[in-house]
Amino acid sequence: MNQQITDAPAVMRMAASARRPLLFSVGGIALVVLLAILPLLAIDIPGVLPGPTYTPGTLQLLAYAMLIAALALSYRMMFGLAGLLSFGHALFFAAGAYGLGMTLDAFAPVEWSSELIFAASIGVTLVFGIVLAATVGALALRVTGISFAMVTLAFAQAGSVLIRRNPGSATGGDEGLSLDIANVPEGLVGVVNTRNLYWMALAVLVFVYLVVLWVERSRAGHVAEAARENELRVRVIGIRPYSVKLLIFIVASALAAVAGMGYLLLQSGASPRVATADFTLTLLVIVVLGGVGYRWGAIVGGIVYTLLDQRLTALAGSDLIAGLPAVLRVPLSEPLFILGTLFILVVLFLPGGIAGLPQRIRTGREQHPVEAEEGADA
Amino acid sequence: MSTVVLLLITGLGLGALYFLVASGLSLIYGLMGVLNFAHGSFLTISAFLGWEVGRRVSDGTWWGLALSAFIGIAVGAIVAAATEYLLIRRLYERHIEQALVTVGLALASVALFEGIWGTDPIYTAKPAWLSQTTELLGAKIPNDRFLLIACALLVLGGIVLFLQRTRYGLIIRAGVENRAMVTALGIDVRRSFTIVFAIGGAAAGLGGVLASVYYGYVSAHLGSVLLIFAFIVTVIGGLGSLTGAAIASVLVAVLQQFANFYLGGTGDLVVVIALAAVLLVRPRGLMGKVA
Amino acid sequence: MSEPILRVAGLSGRIGGQQVVEDISFEVPAVGITALLGRNGVGKTSTIKSILGLIDRTGSVHFGGIRIDRMPTHRIVQQGVGYVPEDREVFGSLTVAENLRLAERDDRPRREFIERLFPDIHDRRAQRAGTLSGGQQQMVSLARALVNDNRLLLVDEPTKGLAPRIVDEVADALAEAARTVPILLVEQNLHVIRKLAERVVVLSGGRVVFTGDAAELLDDEDRIQRFLGVHDATEGSTR
Repeated sequence: MNQQITDAPAVMRMAASARRPLLFSVGGIALVVLLAILPLLAIDIPGVLPGPTYTPGTLQLLAYAMLIAALALSYRMMFGLAGLLSFGHALFFAAGAYGLGMTLDAFAPVEWSSELIFAASIGVTLVFGIVLAATVGALALRVTGISFAMVTLAFAQAGSVLIRRNPGSATGGDEGLSLDIANVPEGLVGVVNTRNLYWMALAVLVFVYLVVLWVERSRAGHVAEAARENELRVRVIGIRPYSVKLLIFIVASALAAVAGMGYLLLQSGASPRVATADFTLTLLVIVVLGGVGYRWGAIVGGIVYTLLDQRLTALAGSDLIAGLPAVLRVPLSEPLFILGTLFILVVLFLPGGIAGLPQRIRTGREQHPVEAEEGADA
Repeated sequence: MSTVVLLLITGLGLGALYFLVASGLSLIYGLMGVLNFAHGSFLTISAFLGWEVGRRVSDGTWWGLALSAFIGIAVGAIVAAATEYLLIRRLYERHIEQALVTVGLALASVALFEGIWGTDPIYTAKPAWLSQTTELLGAKIPNDRFLLIACALLVLGGIVLFLQRTRYGLIIRAGVENRAMVTALGIDVRRSFTIVFAIGGAAAGLGGVLASVYYGYVSAHLGSVLLIFAFIVTVIGGLGSLTGAAIASVLVAVLQQFANFYLGGTGDLVVVIALAAVLLVRPRGLMGKVA
Repeated sequence: MSEPILRVAGLSGRIGGQQVVEDISFEVPAVGITALLGRNGVGKTSTIKSILGLIDRTGSVHFGGIRIDRMPTHRIVQQGVGYVPEDREVFGSLTVAENLRLAERDDRPRREFIERLFPDIHDRRAQRAGTLSGGQQQMVSLARALVNDNRLLLVDEPTKGLAPRIVDEVADALAEAARTVPILLVEQNLHVIRKLAERVVVLSGGRVVFTGDAAELLDDEDRIQRFLGVHDATEGSTR
């Protein structure tokens, strides 16, 4: 990874990448501003969006997309940066959603004001998420590679099973948990406030992005990246990869919990689907499709996936698809079939993901999907 | 006492099912380092096609079932071999990408199955004897368990014979232990890869048809549910060890049955806890190779 | 002088992105034993692995006049190369007989030759290779390379970790083998090298620093010290 800087293209890349952060910061801020004012505009993209951008339906969809993007970002940090292939990331998303839901249900000291209860519930859920992450991480990181993946899968399965069993009717079982709105601020409840929920989701995305950026640029982040490539080298300079990986694991999982809390508020409930291994695998697909080496790849992947998932179902019912012969119509009516096939093609032929396309076109070079280019990240 | 016998034998039956799926997973990972998430789909497509052919020719009879099993084995082997040849081979030695490609295949194939056969389970007919019970040591055992156990034993025996008595078996046994050294002896291991996939697919195919008998239905998600248990069994048994997979299948299934009965339906949970415990105490599983 | 059986030019090898040997060039004559020497960690094993394609490599390697540097490992070996790896790498879960049978490539493998050369191993042919002693495993590893009519043997530290008596047995076996096939031998044990090698190639810092007749090197204490960092003791300990 740290090649000697003797070849010209590398030098040029580094010079270009010195200019890039500024460009990206400006671009990033502009993008956030654009997203923030979207509910006030009437942009209509038929076929992609269910309605103009000020309508609740579209805002709900975009908000959900942004939460998934935030979740994908946190997963990319775990998998792409630290090289931790976790099959249990959904567990922490569910911990956030169900945690907040159950806390709001059960925790309501009469003496406290509504706002205080709400804030405290969020705090409690966050602490719960961190403790859960610390426990699972401490245990899972004792092994590496496939064994690590299996331990995380085991914990996530346990969580999923637990949720479905509905102990003490707390989780709602197969039907899902509905949000107890008693202590939720009025501004976040109801269709009329979808705009506020949209802004909340945007805030979550920005928050997650900033935290991820901060961690990845920090010393811990660099050590984790180095450890991913070559653990021995990291150990030789006296750092224990375990501690750094655990830190990344906890932070990524806590961020997933934050996204989960946003999800609960947005959807006014939680579905047991979000705790399944399938959901984590979907995240994996999103991150790899977007491009494991790039932060913005995870964001783009998350948004594109959500839009595709929602809109393809509508598209499938349209006359265009209905008119096709069965051989084409049946597969194309299934969003996951298209996603899965796309994913296979990307893994086979486009290892850098969609975000890696510009890189490949520029240098004509194939890149290992888990190899991030130094300084070229957005 | 009769309860214990019942739980033991039904556990063995379930374990037989797990073994049929896990045997392929274990061999594939052991030889090739590939975590095959599409293994469940091999099972499902074999179950569907086996059922489609069987019910058209002779629904609900032994002859129909035998035909289904035959088709299931063939479909499983062919689909698995094709997967290896078209997708896995291109990503030679890139294990993460290989696993990812199987994830994509699993995702796409399940969606395709839902598109073709719908999302609801389709109930299947089976020979009357399989729906009846036989009394053994005071317990009434459903007869399909006996069929499952018999088939699993046959498959285990067949695979062991293949591994011990044929040249490809020899290559695979050596390759599971040290793949690089096998190539350093001038042997092209890639051909063995296809064979291992085909064997795993065939076993999974038979497992699919038998699963449709055991559960009484076929559905697009038949394979996915079993796959998780198969993974757990493979890891507990030790990735790459056939005997490990066999032993772990029995242990896990019996544990599940007992926990379901005596601990109020917590079988799933107990199995997962067992996996976590094994991984933390002995990461290579019961009989896996070190590192 | 007849054509060298192996000609290596500008060979460089990398493991996981790290360059381990760079710009290696030397020749191995078609007869006798050529020793590949150097301090611990200098890249001797990596050189062998690069020739065989077991690690990523660039540069050119000609075997019997054919370019093999672009071929996959199994094709290279099929050209007639026998490999005896460092740490023996016998298949522990297979029997001795199975280990040998696995290695057989030719139509008529040289079973009687192996029986004669390794009588002890022949007696243990039904024994699982994992239960053999280090020395016996080394014999199996050697036998594997000799069961075919190979045109070159690549032998990597065959005496490592063995008792002196076994070391002599292995050396004798190698000498016997060398009567019919040239050998490129990586070794640390000077006693063995003295006994067997006709030519030497010395590596240092990932590059070739000396090639020549064995006597040229071994009679020169200074050179031995400089290149190999050893005093010429019979146990061949380095450092």
